[in-house]
Amino acid sequence: MFSKIRNLVAAGGLVLATMSGSALAADATIGISIPAADHGWTGGLVYHTKRTVEAMKKAFPNIDFVVVTSSSATQQVNDIEDLISRKINGLIVLPQESDPLTEPVKAAKAKGVFITVVDRGLAEKNIEDLYVGGDNPQYGTAAAEYFKKKFPDGAKIVVMRGIPTAIDNIRIEAFQNALKDSKIEVLDMQYANWNPDKGFEVMQDYLQRFPKIDGVWAGDDDAALGAIEAIKQADRKGVAVLGGSGMNKVIKLVKDGNDMVDADIFYPPTLIIPAIELVTMKFATQAPINGRYVLGSPLITKDNASEYYFPDAPY
Amino acid sequence: MSDISATHVGSTGATGDKKALKLVEAAGPLLALIILMIIGSLMSSSFLGAENLSNVFTRSAIIGIIAIGATFVITADGLDLSVGSLSALVAGVAIMVMNKATGSFGTGWLLVAAGIVFSLLLGAAAGFFNGAMIVKGRVEAFIVTLGTMGVFRSVLTWLSDGGSISLDFSLRDAVRPIYYGSVGGIAVPILVLIAIAVTAEIVLRRTRFGRHVAAIGSNRHVALYSAIPVDRVRILTYVIQGLCVGIASVIYVPRLGAATPSTGLMWELEAIASVIIGGTALGGGFGRVWGTVVGVLILGFISNILNLTGFISPYLNGAVQGAIIVIAVLLQRDRSQG
Repeated sequence: MFSKIRNLVAAGGLVLATMSGSALAADATIGISIPAADHGWTGGLVYHTKRTVEAMKKAFPNIDFVVVTSSSATQQVNDIEDLISRKINGLIVLPQESDPLTEPVKAAKAKGVFITVVDRGLAEKNIEDLYVGGDNPQYGTAAAEYFKKKFPDGAKIVVMRGIPTAIDNIRIEAFQNALKDSKIEVLDMQYANWNPDKGFEVMQDYLQRFPKIDGVWAGDDDAALGAIEAIKQADRKGVAVLGGSGMNKVIKLVKDGNDMVDADIFYPPTLIIPAIELVTMKFATQAPINGRYVLGSPLITKDNASEYYFPDAPY
Repeated sequence: MSDISATHVGSTGATGDKKALKLVEAAGPLLALIILMIIGSLMSSSFLGAENLSNVFTRSAIIGIIAIGATFVITADGLDLSVGSLSALVAGVAIMVMNKATGSFGTGWLLVAAGIVFSLLLGAAAGFFNGAMIVKGRVEAFIVTLGTMGVFRSVLTWLSDGGSISLDFSLRDAVRPIYYGSVGGIAVPILVLIAIAVTAEIVLRRTRFGRHVAAIGSNRHVALYSAIPVDRVRILTYVIQGLCVGIASVIYVPRLGAATPSTGLMWELEAIASVIIGGTALGGGFGRVWGTVVGVLILGFISNILNLTGFISPYLNGAVQGAIIVIAVLLQRDRSQG
């Protein structure tokens, strides 16, 4: 009895496998492996990925896409191995962390897959064929320049760091370097993990600790929103708040003019869009796309805010 | 003869010592809190300020209310890991409902009341689902709530598209007083926490239901043979936990006016840690609501002190928190050996 059922299931499985095999008669399959939507920025990332994939599918129906999201580096390694076994032609990956992801991506490259790395790099150079990324050092430098320009005679500021990762370290290092020999004094740096709740708590405690704060760099817009609420509650005036990453809510504040937030730093999750579109072009129109494409991180102010505003996106 | 009298005197002395020891055990969490506050005031001049204390108490109220619900669950030898994710879900869905309901309820206190009622109902329903699966479905509490922890948060992430669910700006002023308002100089969340804590302590210690909860946690089979409605009581503890989560979410929403997929992350661990620090036994049978409140305050003060002092590298915040939690539990000796 058992063996009969088992044979039936095996037969059924084989039929399904052949059926799915014949359905995948596309010219190319592109696998996309990105972090899961666990905070604002990654939420926006997944949103824009889905949107772009849909648009590309419509424009080039002969290209197939597989999108997988992972909540941790280990899960992402598994996802990439699964993608390789699905015989993808191109892999677009935004690594959760550089070190653990280097080997699986190398393995994919050895199988002849076209590798695109987005935003965070790998531990070794020259594995990827295409790199599309933001400029993390410029992110930190832009923040430092903002405070230097806003307070030419010096100021006391506090800083909120992000999730303890390589990206956060790069940005903070660049920020501190740019502030050397300037009159800006950094009172303290605590971790707010790019999280609005943590940003609220850390800002509340900063306001208790330091009777005079001229400005706060919240690390990114999520934490900045929390910081703004804390400042409102404490009824402190004259505190400049700078976040980063171009969240639509904060860009709207900048557009409309706000006494606390008058700038933002460009580093939005939309950087996945050119990556997906370029790789699609390679397989659809044989466009040559190898190389490094580093998107700039300009300061967003009232004058150029409308260019960066996506009201319907979740971030 | 002299031997008997000697032993008699000896045993009285021992009972006296035992009583004193018990008092120290009971005061353990309070002792830890007082020591922490002394350390805090020594390390930072702004620690004992009225505003700082009010901030920390208010922030702790949210986890505090959830932890009081957890006290009931743990006392009955249960466990609920889904509270953090449920808070996020209730907050998100309540915001969505309030945004949509402005047509029929206006933008004033009636809408806020509708939002509160909805949150309580949703929290209780989720708690009932957990309880039913655990008690009637006979699935291990750890497993069920681990599953619902994932389900609740995923549903919220799906509803929010990975971003944040925000309250309409027109409604923000109406809900603001729930978190930022104060009555008689005391912040509203603190008053709610005190009210719930007092009610819970009375229920757990002075009512038949409370006795049943402790009996079930102590020995479920004996409780069954003592004609206690074990299933009903156990499910009720989960419903109480769900209600507490609903209340906590109502207080949380006005703070930032939004719910995100990272809302409520790790709240379940903080709640359970508070309950244990407070003296409730993880294996059930004994619950101490005021201890839970002290536990929540200890956790709140630790994070506050770490923020107020630049003394310890921020990389080590987690290490300090973990160490203090272990020390706080060590200060109250192992109950099973008492």
